[in-house]
Amino acid sequence: MGISLFYLVAFLSIFFSLLVIFSKNPVHSVLYLIITFFTFTIHYIILNAQFLAVVNFIVYMGAIMVLFLFVLMLLNLNRQSEPAKPLLLKLTAVIAGMCLLVTLAGSVKALHTSNPVLLHHPNLGLVQNLGRVLFSEFLLPFEISSILLLTAMVGAVLLAKKDETQPEA
Amino acid sequence: MELALVIQKFILVIVIFAVSLLVAMYSTWAERKVAAFLQDRVGPNRAGPGGILQPLADGIKMFTKEEIIPLDSNKFLFIAGPSLAILTACIGSAVIPWSTPLTIGSKTIPLQVTDINVGILYIFGVVSLGVYGILIGGWASNNKYSLMGAIRAASQNISYEIAMGLSIIALLMSTGSLSLKVIVEQQSGFWAHGWFTWNAFQQPLGFLIFLVCAFAETNRTPFDLPECETELIGGYHTEYSSMKLGFYLFAEYINMFVSSAVMASLYFGGYNFPFMHHLGLDANWLSILGIVAMLLKTFFFIFLFMWVRWTVPRFRYDQLMDLGWKVLIPLSIVNIVLTGIWITVKDIYFK
Repeated sequence: MGISLFYLVAFLSIFFSLLVIFSKNPVHSVLYLIITFFTFTIHYIILNAQFLAVVNFIVYMGAIMVLFLFVLMLLNLNRQSEPAKPLLLKLTAVIAGMCLLVTLAGSVKALHTSNPVLLHHPNLGLVQNLGRVLFSEFLLPFEISSILLLTAMVGAVLLAKKDETQPEA
Repeated sequence: MELALVIQKFILVIVIFAVSLLVAMYSTWAERKVAAFLQDRVGPNRAGPGGILQPLADGIKMFTKEEIIPLDSNKFLFIAGPSLAILTACIGSAVIPWSTPLTIGSKTIPLQVTDINVGILYIFGVVSLGVYGILIGGWASNNKYSLMGAIRAASQNISYEIAMGLSIIALLMSTGSLSLKVIVEQQSGFWAHGWFTWNAFQQPLGFLIFLVCAFAETNRTPFDLPECETELIGGYHTEYSSMKLGFYLFAEYINMFVSSAVMASLYFGGYNFPFMHHLGLDANWLSILGIVAMLLKTFFFIFLFMWVRWTVPRFRYDQLMDLGWKVLIPLSIVNIVLTGIWITVKDIYFK
């Protein structure tokens, strides 16, 4: 049951991520990407990583993709307004993509599942265990990254704030 | 998973689904009655005694109206929008504990569909998914006003989600759990150790921020900018007619019901009520009274939603953003710091 479910969800992930690339309309692309992220959430649930699943759901599906969709709807891209890319740029893109493909293929070939962590700790992904690890072993990185995120948020508010001292042009 | 459990959960899901639809249906009636009361009018009084059949008449009207899909719209997404809106509205109630478990014979039946240990985050996920229904519907309509409404909805939801999340963090610091079941159990009774047990009395500022954010997340007045009819005709549902429009309106009322239930269980003790342990009743009666208490609290919050709608005028868009980013977020960060200090002081001096 477990492994066939995995294959189904994995097939769906790959299927929808291919649709992201092949659909002509950018808004449809983003919608397919949202579905792809949803299948990732299911993958996390299959791995019993409930916290990661929910966070993936909230952050990627709920926040980041909303912003993507938001920007694309405002831009209103279509084929007429899209400028044709120069040949050099296309060529560079193809070469860069091929390089990435070769690297990925190489690393996949080198993969081997000798020490599956999850088998030893099946409840590793539950929020209680995750919190214990974060607040004992990785306390400093965790605190620093949280301060970084808070700073980014405060910075965004500050940037959006109108400068009161300068007269409006 | 045995068959009995599946059947038990299935019945529970159906009941909760039916109740939330019924409550949403009668919220539309209650809204008009409350509006009429606040404005010194009579309100709907033709369909049945006191207008009690009005929601049914509205439903029949919605279903029998002509269905119009604009020619320039994206047909699939045009239909997907309202479907997604009503779907996300309905699945939010899955983690709310409605009462303590009932015991029938040797079986205990928990009155909660599922107790996942990240219950609050699940609700957040559903809330953040809710914006897609509006965004997709608004874009697929291929109408300027719809798009403006959709974009307003998206930015409003994202802005207020941050403040909402931060206000919840302070609550989580004092409860120490993400599971709604555990949070409600901690608020058992009404008075213990010389202070109220309900979280609203331990996190008053956090509750206030959460309440304001809940109004913004459900697109209710004073934050109903996405469908602001003086500027945007009908906002994101300008092009919608018939039951697809009905789904959007209905989703708003279901959202109201679910967020009222969440507020009741997070901050107002859920199914707990004063003197519940001094009545000397057995567990089943307590459980049934718990459901009543929970529903009464939920209805109170729904009434509050309506009360505010007919009292406070709509915000301007920049005021909305100012309130979200420059008032609520700093306040909730202050609330987190204060809660941290209070927990530390309590640990050191009051143990």
